[in-house]
Amino acid sequence: MRLIAVCAFPLLAGLLLSGLPAARGPRVRSAWLVAVAGVHLGLVVTLWLAPADSALAGWLAADAPGLLVLTLTSVVFLATALYSVGYLQRERPRGGRLFVSGLLGFLGAASVVALSQHLAMLWVGIEATTLALAPLIFHRHDRRSLEAVWKYLVLSSVGIALALLGTFFLATAQAGVAGRPLVMADLVAHAGELHPAWVRAAFLFLLVGFGTKMGLAPMHTWKPDTYGEAPSLVAGLMAGALTSCAFLGVVRVTQVGMAAGQAAFMQPVLLGFGLLSLAVAAAFIVGQTDVKRLLAWSSVEHMGLLVLGLGLGGVGAWGTVLHMINNGLAKCWLFLVVGNVVLASGSSVAGANRGILRLLPASGILLVLGLFAVTGSPPFGLFISEFTILRAAIGGGHPWIAAATLALLAVIFVGMAVLILDVALGDPEPHAAKVPESAWLVAGPAALAAAVLLLGLYIPAPLRDVLERAAVALGGGAP
Amino acid sequence: MQTAPQLVLLFVVLSDFAVLGTTRLTTCIRALAFQGLLLAALPLMLASHFSTHVVLLGLGTLVVKAFVLPRFLTWAIREAAVRREVEPLIGYVPSLLLGVLALGLGFAMSARLPLPAGREALLVPVSLTTVIIGLLVLTTRRKALTQVVGYLMLENGIFLFGLTQAESVPFLLELGVLLDVFVAVFIMGIVVFHINREFDSLDSARLTELQD
Repeated sequence: MRLIAVCAFPLLAGLLLSGLPAARGPRVRSAWLVAVAGVHLGLVVTLWLAPADSALAGWLAADAPGLLVLTLTSVVFLATALYSVGYLQRERPRGGRLFVSGLLGFLGAASVVALSQHLAMLWVGIEATTLALAPLIFHRHDRRSLEAVWKYLVLSSVGIALALLGTFFLATAQAGVAGRPLVMADLVAHAGELHPAWVRAAFLFLLVGFGTKMGLAPMHTWKPDTYGEAPSLVAGLMAGALTSCAFLGVVRVTQVGMAAGQAAFMQPVLLGFGLLSLAVAAAFIVGQTDVKRLLAWSSVEHMGLLVLGLGLGGVGAWGTVLHMINNGLAKCWLFLVVGNVVLASGSSVAGANRGILRLLPASGILLVLGLFAVTGSPPFGLFISEFTILRAAIGGGHPWIAAATLALLAVIFVGMAVLILDVALGDPEPHAAKVPESAWLVAGPAALAAAVLLLGLYIPAPLRDVLERAAVALGGGAP
Repeated sequence: MQTAPQLVLLFVVLSDFAVLGTTRLTTCIRALAFQGLLLAALPLMLASHFSTHVVLLGLGTLVVKAFVLPRFLTWAIREAAVRREVEPLIGYVPSLLLGVLALGLGFAMSARLPLPAGREALLVPVSLTTVIIGLLVLTTRRKALTQVVGYLMLENGIFLFGLTQAESVPFLLELGVLLDVFVAVFIMGIVVFHINREFDSLDSARLTELQD
């Protein structure tokens, strides 16, 4: 029952808002958004305290990877909702009420993705997240915004179509095998009897399909444009939560493939996509002049690290699930902070934004801390997860992969530091004045920053337990 | 009855090539509508026994793929006053040659992916061919509208493959697939419309402002 409520509640709240004539002012809308996000997180917390029974004949269940994605989505969404209170006071995004309804629709669809144990339902959920967020990207009525939406729609629709074909392939692999079609538990239980050629084909199509939605190279081309043009809070939700939902699709097919004994086929493919994404990100981060596009390339980098960890297996699987959470929190944090910069100056280009530490002190501090967090410096959580993935590479007998990854991470650190430190510390324009910062606009990213810092210092016992179960499901284990 | 579905699948391939070879946008859309008609007939021909499920699936496919979507595209052409040529990035003859290559690739791939006994064996190669040709149209045609045609062909190919699983995939999901096509084109159509208003043309190749 609780599982159905987690999925249905945001959808109903979104519908109610778009139907209610009373919900006119931005205050009502943002209050509604924060209330729904708070209740959703409350429901998710009860799932940690007392596990819920599966619902809808086993189609919905909160297993370890799903629970992690659901919690990440809910936390990131609450931070974004708090931020939107300040944001909607300053900006009037196109569509008014529909903007908030779209955000709530996304929360509901992402919850379906996280809890779905039926792969066709998972696919429907991922499709719905695309449809809910696409209209929100197109908030300025100009060429650049239009181009971003068009690229995003075409590429992610093609990706989603290929993922559907992959889902059908998996159903074909299951033909004549006992168990309910496309239900995770039954797929894994009878994995040995699945037709190997169809499992391999399904893996490739699902990886490319969901990889397009994640933004893995070479299917990443929509990402810098979309994140660069979307309102910062939408970009934060996409980079923090939506990519994790798409990654869960890849996790699901990897679970089935590992159980079916296809590790030797899948691992080189995953490693290849991972290293390519890191290399492409490193090449484009150096010399970047736009902060939002820089963060988009950084997102390509982290998606690469996620599949790299999956491909390495062993403790790499544990590092990957932890990295998914760390990256989701940190990426949303940075996009929200950059959103403050854009609100103050109207642009995300470095040239228009020097001296942020002096002009926007709170956001400036969060921006500089965020630079160290996303590049994997201690004491932040990303250091632990990246370190675990590197350990898996060395321990698994891939010293060259570890060396290449380290070298690329170093290049990325330098590229990001040059731009962000320039923005934070450079000399402001002569006529630029200190801008008052609303508490709403700082609270969300500050809370996310605290969470990333906490995960770097101490992982709570319940989380440790769920992380280990997720890693075991992926054929790995805790370090 | 054994050969009738195979004949229909042959016509599906021919309609793929019609889209690749034509110079006119309206012919493209007509070929797509014809393909929708063929796709609507297939569930009825392949079903082992008639049920309301199969009839509804055929009817739904007929309405959406053979009538609504082609009408919608034709309406978009008139409304947006698009020029009627296809404007490919690569010529028509190379396109057709690539189409032949796609057909070969489809058969080669399906030879390595055996279907369980009792399913129409030609479905897999024709489905893969339609998917590849759809991707080809999507990537080698300049107009936003032709890209929508390519995307719909891609979806048609996936639908063909889904027919091999028609007995095991629940009804709800098939409906979801049809709905998905509808929504995708609906939204794309709106964007196409905006593209027209902003640029005075439906040429997505001119959307090149965002670059690194």
